[in-house]
Amino acid sequence: MTEAKRSGMAAIDVKGLSKSFGAGNGKIVALDAVSIVIGENEFFTLLGPSGCGKTTLLRMIAGFDYPTEGQILLYGEDIATLPPYRRPINTVFQSYALFPHMTVSQNIGFGLKMLGWAKPEIQARVTEVLELVRMKELKDRRVSQISGGQQQRVALARALAPRPKVLLLDEPLSALDYKLRKEMQGELKRMQHETGITFVFVTHDQEEALTMSDRIAVMNHGRVLQIGSPREIYHAPVERFVAGFIGESNLLTCGIEESLDGALSARLRVGAVISVSPPVGFVPAASATIAIRPEHAFLAAEGQAFQLAASVENIVFLGTDTHVHTRLDDGTPFVVRQQNGAGDKPLSVGQRIGIRLADGAAHLLRD
Amino acid sequence: MERVAEVAREIIRRDIRNRWLLSGPALLTIFLAAAAPLLIVLLYSLMVKGDYGDVKYWQFSTDGWVSVLFERDAIDDTLGLSDANLAIFWRSISLSLVTTVLTLLLGFPTAYFIATRGERSRDIWLFLITIPFWINLLIRTFAIQELIRNEGLINTTLLRFGLISKPLQMLFTDGAVLIGLTYVYFPLMVLPVYASLEKLDFKLVEAAYDLYATRRRVLWHIILPLSKPGIVAGSILVFIPCIGAYVTPRVLGGGKTMMLGSLIEQQFGQARDWPFGSALSITLLVVVMLALLVYVRNAATSGRSHER
Repeated sequence: MTEAKRSGMAAIDVKGLSKSFGAGNGKIVALDAVSIVIGENEFFTLLGPSGCGKTTLLRMIAGFDYPTEGQILLYGEDIATLPPYRRPINTVFQSYALFPHMTVSQNIGFGLKMLGWAKPEIQARVTEVLELVRMKELKDRRVSQISGGQQQRVALARALAPRPKVLLLDEPLSALDYKLRKEMQGELKRMQHETGITFVFVTHDQEEALTMSDRIAVMNHGRVLQIGSPREIYHAPVERFVAGFIGESNLLTCGIEESLDGALSARLRVGAVISVSPPVGFVPAASATIAIRPEHAFLAAEGQAFQLAASVENIVFLGTDTHVHTRLDDGTPFVVRQQNGAGDKPLSVGQRIGIRLADGAAHLLRD
Repeated sequence: MERVAEVAREIIRRDIRNRWLLSGPALLTIFLAAAAPLLIVLLYSLMVKGDYGDVKYWQFSTDGWVSVLFERDAIDDTLGLSDANLAIFWRSISLSLVTTVLTLLLGFPTAYFIATRGERSRDIWLFLITIPFWINLLIRTFAIQELIRNEGLINTTLLRFGLISKPLQMLFTDGAVLIGLTYVYFPLMVLPVYASLEKLDFKLVEAAYDLYATRRRVLWHIILPLSKPGIVAGSILVFIPCIGAYVTPRVLGGGKTMMLGSLIEQQFGQARDWPFGSALSITLLVVVMLALLVYVRNAATSGRSHER
């Protein structure tokens, strides 16, 4: 479905966007030739640790920062040099940035007032948006008189009221407690669905990104490392950073062997050979790294064939799962996630075990 | 039960007594330093004036108060409105208002400029703003006189370049007083406005830009309302000393453009009419209090919304 959406004109098309401060040796590169295409009506997430450039990118789309190089196309029109008030894009700020001298309604109606809407129309739209965020009872309150979660909803309503073509959300849920955050994640998805507005969401929380997004761009050090659906990002990470940042991964150093028909296989230091498919942009080298998710590895039953021999180092019981921390014979740590069943044979520390890998469990990394 | 209530009452009584005793020194100081002198001035305003200044003690008269607004006709001894005094009142109030507006117009951009600098350069700018306080007011005022008098720097420069053929009369005009007052009270506007702008969350400015507000509208709808407490404080700090200003109007305005401060001084000096001078002083106090009351009340109603 996302493919079909993407086939139309892109809502946002970021082309070779760079931002650097200073010059010469002291030059700091905040964004390094970033290119991203965001489809209409997509829930797109920029994911990365703090300082990775995701907020800088968002601020440039909003118009608070200007790129040193590159283009930002909004439905084909370059907006990179326009001031924020000339862009049909609205932002939900991390700190909400609600106007303290206005009521909830005045806050929500501010954008419409600036756009020159007539009073009755503003009122109608404010009521409509208040309903969307389920805040109708509080419309005449001062923003200092409502809770953090309610302020969050007002900030959302304020940004949605002018019907922007794209809504930017800068870590909007980070100030909420766990339960409220979970609730708002669902609410955000619902609102995006109901309004049909393209959402660009910035977060450092990988779980949040995986549950909410249509597609995710993983960023680090001002570069985009991988763009894909949550499934692709999780199951087929292409770089060491992506594999480590999203979920847990076992990283194994290996040698690369190419067969006559061009297929690649990885020779692990413990001797096992696993067939792998190279990611886009992979440069064949003598040595590489493969990533294996803990849940894609299993403990081999007695007499069953296995790829990796290891000894148990630690057993962490997690309720539905057990994490079995093992050490391969070459000294590399390896974690196996095992779903707990009724008649499992208890493991003991120091026990010798065999590890079996699911088909396609190993992902060759680009790093 | 009754015993317990009795003890509780006794404790409260003792507590109240202790509070009064503890605040005694402060209350005494306030009485001696503020209330008592005012009472003396009020008393003097109600007595008969002495022949060589001072007053005739315990001989009461309302002449001092009558002179504030009225004057006796020299020929038929009837009372008429004192145009001269009213003109001075009007000049004092209008010059103070205009000065307040001028300092605001000049001071707000200055404060905004400083508040948006980096942490380090902010301190330098603030220091520069306060430098005039280090020099005596009289000296600074004479320096302005030196600039604007007929043979002063501005006039001689303009004459040399042939831009004017005869010196412009700038000294001893209302304009000169205005320049002087604005110059002197400018820092008193900048500092409080800076204090409130410094606290302003610039994310709010960004949010307003994001919501289609142009620069001018951001200033009008966001920055000005949120810096109102500073603007109110600055206006009060400028208006009050302005209306009673003495040195500046005296040095730059000369004898023609008199303000309330000079009129009061005259009564205690040359005119030797202490009751009238006292009455004028009290009048000035009341005018200032009324202005404050109106202003603060206005500010309070719209300022309540800024509480975080």
